[in-house]
Amino acid sequence: MKNNEILSQIPEIGEVQIQLLEKLSNAVSVSGEESEVRSIVMEEVKEFADDIRVDSLGNVLVTKKGKVDDPVCVMIAAHMDEVGFMLVDDEGEGLFKFEIVGGIDNRQLVGKPVLVGKDKLPGVIGAKPIHLTTADERKNPIPLDSLRIDVGPGNSKKCKVGDRATFATRFETWGPSLVGKALDDRLGVATLIELIKHTPENIELLAAFTVQEENGLRGARVAAYSMHPEVAFVLDSTPANDLPVWDEEENGRYNVKLNHGPAIYRLDAGTLSDPRLINHLVKVGDDFKIPYQFRQPGKGGTDAGAIHKQRGGIPSVSISVPGRYAHTAVLIARKADWDNTMKLIFTSLAKFNRDVLSVDR
Amino acid sequence: MKSLIKKLVETVGPSGYESKIREVVRAEVEKYADEISVDAMGNLIVKKGEKKEGGLKVMLSAHIDEIGVMVTHVDKNGFARFTTIGGVRPHTCYGSRVRFLDGTIGVIGGERLENANHVHAIEAMYIDVGAASFEDCPVKIGDVASFDRPFEDLGNRLVSKAMDDRVCAAVLIETLKLVKISPHELYFVFSTQEEVGLRGATTAAYSIDPDLGIAADVTMTGDTPRGIKMDVALGKGPAIKVKDGGMLADPKVVDAMVRCAQKHEIPYQLEVLLGGTTDAKAMQISRAGMPAGCVSVPTRYVHTPSEMVDINDLNNAVKLLTAFISEPIKLA
Repeated sequence: MKNNEILSQIPEIGEVQIQLLEKLSNAVSVSGEESEVRSIVMEEVKEFADDIRVDSLGNVLVTKKGKVDDPVCVMIAAHMDEVGFMLVDDEGEGLFKFEIVGGIDNRQLVGKPVLVGKDKLPGVIGAKPIHLTTADERKNPIPLDSLRIDVGPGNSKKCKVGDRATFATRFETWGPSLVGKALDDRLGVATLIELIKHTPENIELLAAFTVQEENGLRGARVAAYSMHPEVAFVLDSTPANDLPVWDEEENGRYNVKLNHGPAIYRLDAGTLSDPRLINHLVKVGDDFKIPYQFRQPGKGGTDAGAIHKQRGGIPSVSISVPGRYAHTAVLIARKADWDNTMKLIFTSLAKFNRDVLSVDR
Repeated sequence: MKSLIKKLVETVGPSGYESKIREVVRAEVEKYADEISVDAMGNLIVKKGEKKEGGLKVMLSAHIDEIGVMVTHVDKNGFARFTTIGGVRPHTCYGSRVRFLDGTIGVIGGERLENANHVHAIEAMYIDVGAASFEDCPVKIGDVASFDRPFEDLGNRLVSKAMDDRVCAAVLIETLKLVKISPHELYFVFSTQEEVGLRGATTAAYSIDPDLGIAADVTMTGDTPRGIKMDVALGKGPAIKVKDGGMLADPKVVDAMVRCAQKHEIPYQLEVLLGGTTDAKAMQISRAGMPAGCVSVPTRYVHTPSEMVDINDLNNAVKLLTAFISEPIKLA
């Protein structure tokens, strides 16, 4: 396909896509109970997919057949689950002890409104008010076992131990920004849905909407085993720690920066990205003048950590939309970064062929 | 053997970026292999022989990656911040030199230590490649380097960076050359990404699906002044692993190796390593599981730029492995 043809086919990020992102962001799907996002995904893709399957862990595995002979089988993964909470002890009168599911800093919890269970019953993670705390108490974060989710007596019988909860943030757009909870990784989910609706014809798309990423890449592991692709791309969101540093030193630990384009991974705690795929993304980004950045090598990880080690090994790379304040009640991303992520993945797929992997890693 | 080791240890190949060292190994093994392949993870897989009566499908694995560093940020003055690849510790960094894949040399620096007993954290150090500014700096985010230290021949004892695990790559190469008659179908795997979590061996073991897995790797010693309590010493023979931090070697494999060493009068030691693990762990739990063991080369100062081994241990490791895979292996 010619470059200008590819450019004309890139899925747009417009009002409809942002409305879908809103629906996805507002859905509650804490790791292990992803049914709400799963239903949205299946409803969105059913008329475009050649095959849809829900596996035993709850992954949605979608096949979109290629339109050429012997297309390359490309897995693209985005996780449906989000970090949150689980009620672990009913103390009566609507007070519940809870545990954190996935990675959330204790200090982010105090005073936050939450939604509990499938019916999204409102609650709050309450705390002692400033009138009653001592100066010493205020110096230290409140440990998890001193915090409760308070749903009040009215709904106490409708909540039970084992229910999940998450932050109650509702999605908004603020000018160029996308603001909401769980945009890690509903941005990836929304991107993948668009890719199923608009798939480059040269590839066989194996789309995996995975579960339980936040508690250990568990869904992706089995999805990659059953899909058995030739190559895998992972779409995720990664923290932008790009605020100014006030002592005038250069911020050398930004991870990624907003408005600098999709973040390509080289090294994280789980994966050394396949250099052939990194080079492919870079070349396509340069050729199509799509801005991109490298995520600073370091900790953290994506579904690629599980996927690349499946079976005899699967060449893998991750691409993330940068977002400030990840794993808190609010994540802020920029529409332009999402748009450029869509462009980079679409063009990279349209330009992909087996030659990319013909040299040894 | 010494010149082979020198060639192997002086090649740059941090985890995930093993293409150069793989080509060095490939040139050594090509003549002796029945089949050679490179898989998706970059593992070099060398097949030799077919399974005959009483034989097994045996995977032998030595990793060709080494610990190293990756650049995370180049600041406006041309200093490169970095993160680690594998088990790199701060005290081995300060003042060390690194070599990037393209040959660029850098020194790891940091501000003057306020307290000599507390070395800087990795985040507080930087690589100085002699650049005066960001624009002038030849390295960029994502570039990888390994520690740079020449190979030194001290007679019986050899010193270099990356003895872990290039000495065992040398052991496997020499073993491959010496195995003439074997009832086994042999796969010599020069594996990748061991230092970041046995990743290459994981996928290689899956594809090969062997009956028996044997790793060759380095192990620590207890023979230094006030060293750790460990019954392994340099020069007393290859160590047959009983256990390490990630694996309990199959007792039948341990027994078979011990019997083999005794029969051929090859000196050996038994190894119980408290921390760390090897490719054998990945093999043992691959698919439906397999008997697995490990031949270790005693090594001092592991994961520093000056790892020390004894040439006699290497020669005896070659003898032990060659004898072991040339005969039927009784796992009873």
